[in-house]
Amino acid sequence: MNDIEKNLLLQVADLHDVPMGAYNIREDGALHSRQSTESIEIITKKDKPGIDIRIKPGTKNESVHIPVLITRTGYSEMVYNDFFIGEDSDVLIVAGCGIHNGGCETSQHDGIHTFYLGKNARIKYVEKHYGEGSGTGERIMNPQTVVYMEEGSYIEMETVQIKGVDSTKRHTKIEAAAGCEILITEKLMTHDKQTAVSEMDVLLEGEGSRARVISRSVAQDESEQTFYPRVKGMSDCFGHVQCDSIIMHNAKVRSIPEISANHVNAQLIHEAAIGKIAGDQLLKLMTLGLSEEEAEERILSGFLK
Amino acid sequence: MLEIRNLNYTVKDERGKADILKNINLDIEAGKFVVITGPNGSGKTSLAKAIMGLIPGESGEITGSIKYNGQELTGLGVTGRARLGISYGFQQPPRFKGMQVTDLLSIAAGKILKRDEHCALLSQVGLCTDDYLKREIDTSLSGGELKRIEIATLLARDVSLMIFDEPEAGIDLWSFSKLTETFKIIHKQKKETTIIIISHQERIIKLADEIILVSAGAITKRGSVEEVLPLIMNETVSDCVYLGGAVNE
Repeated sequence: MNDIEKNLLLQVADLHDVPMGAYNIREDGALHSRQSTESIEIITKKDKPGIDIRIKPGTKNESVHIPVLITRTGYSEMVYNDFFIGEDSDVLIVAGCGIHNGGCETSQHDGIHTFYLGKNARIKYVEKHYGEGSGTGERIMNPQTVVYMEEGSYIEMETVQIKGVDSTKRHTKIEAAAGCEILITEKLMTHDKQTAVSEMDVLLEGEGSRARVISRSVAQDESEQTFYPRVKGMSDCFGHVQCDSIIMHNAKVRSIPEISANHVNAQLIHEAAIGKIAGDQLLKLMTLGLSEEEAEERILSGFLK
Repeated sequence: MLEIRNLNYTVKDERGKADILKNINLDIEAGKFVVITGPNGSGKTSLAKAIMGLIPGESGEITGSIKYNGQELTGLGVTGRARLGISYGFQQPPRFKGMQVTDLLSIAAGKILKRDEHCALLSQVGLCTDDYLKREIDTSLSGGELKRIEIATLLARDVSLMIFDEPEAGIDLWSFSKLTETFKIIHKQKKETTIIIISHQERIIKLADEIILVSAGAITKRGSVEEVLPLIMNETVSDCVYLGGAVNE
């Protein structure tokens, strides 16, 4: 790997080199490297671009890294990755896409990740998006995540997009059976003229299912963000949506959390707040010896931590 | 050594001009524990803020001189004054969503603190460490907890002047008795550190080496606890309360 590829890999997967355990590194539409393990099998799809990841029942304390790197300007792709998570397994899945666009044409990665969680399976799914490169070509990422959860399963989903993605349209859809638990944390920062739209549909179908959605974003410069997290309670369930945005400069933020209950015992809450960095926060950190710029940076990094 | 000379602070209001601070002249020697007290609206907080540089320029006109260890502070911003060793405990400390107690203490210390250093700081303000290390400084903290963490941020820094603006405001009685204990210990342990506390509370006033009474923007009396406290107590009886009332009882 060259330095550009290594940096992208570090940004999207916190990896300095090829990871331990199962992995699949995709670069400019081609397979860069892959490793399956005894419990986790990665297979190339035959009918369309993408891979199937099959995790055997009972697999515990293993991880799968599937970073996507794009370094060619003007390259566009649509990828379908399906994850079959066996019953009673407990695994970490790290996906993510890094685009380095040094040219003038648009580079784009669209992907649909579909998860099938078996009974009592637990996953932590981390997805980081990052863009860089001095070219004028846009860096676009449109991820879709679809999760079907069988009874008693658990997903912790963490999505992070901090820098360099010009346009993103994200859609997440989760259907939860009885006793399922969902924790989604979304962290997003946009700058310059970037746009980001994040839509979410969480269906709490089964009795005792629970969902927490925490969305934190920072909109800087002329960027625009829109959030539509929707949680629907179809049974005796619990759902909490919390959207917080810090708005700066000439940015625009729309936050439209929606909760809908179709069952008398559905307990659903939503909170949304948009505001600038408070003056007393800056002053407090300045009394600790930070400059105004340093104070701002610490407040933002704490908020998106 | 803090030297204030001819300090005036005037704001524009609907009636024209209002003098918030009137010709304040004050020397405070290094290592002293001084309590500034006086009725609400007398200018105590403005005086403290003027020392830290927290009064925004557009809010009014400040004239006069404030020197700290011989250096003129006028013209220096908050950051510059902080870097000279001046610190300020806010009456209502801000909350920081997402930032953990350990993050804030490390910012205050200017370095990443180790676990035992965090523990030492938090135990000094009476917080049971393990419960707080990973807590976020958000609305989940009570006013009393927030106030104690605020004091810990001052302890984390290597400072020579600590200013606290009504540290008792908004905290419960139990926390308050711990708080007075904390100030006593700071004064005992940090002998070179000057402590200025704005307070209405008799128990804090009694800790002071010197009491400064501020009324209508001017210093009306300075002296020891024995000299000044009886005067305040007399006024309290005759002119209604300005002592007490700040603690939520």
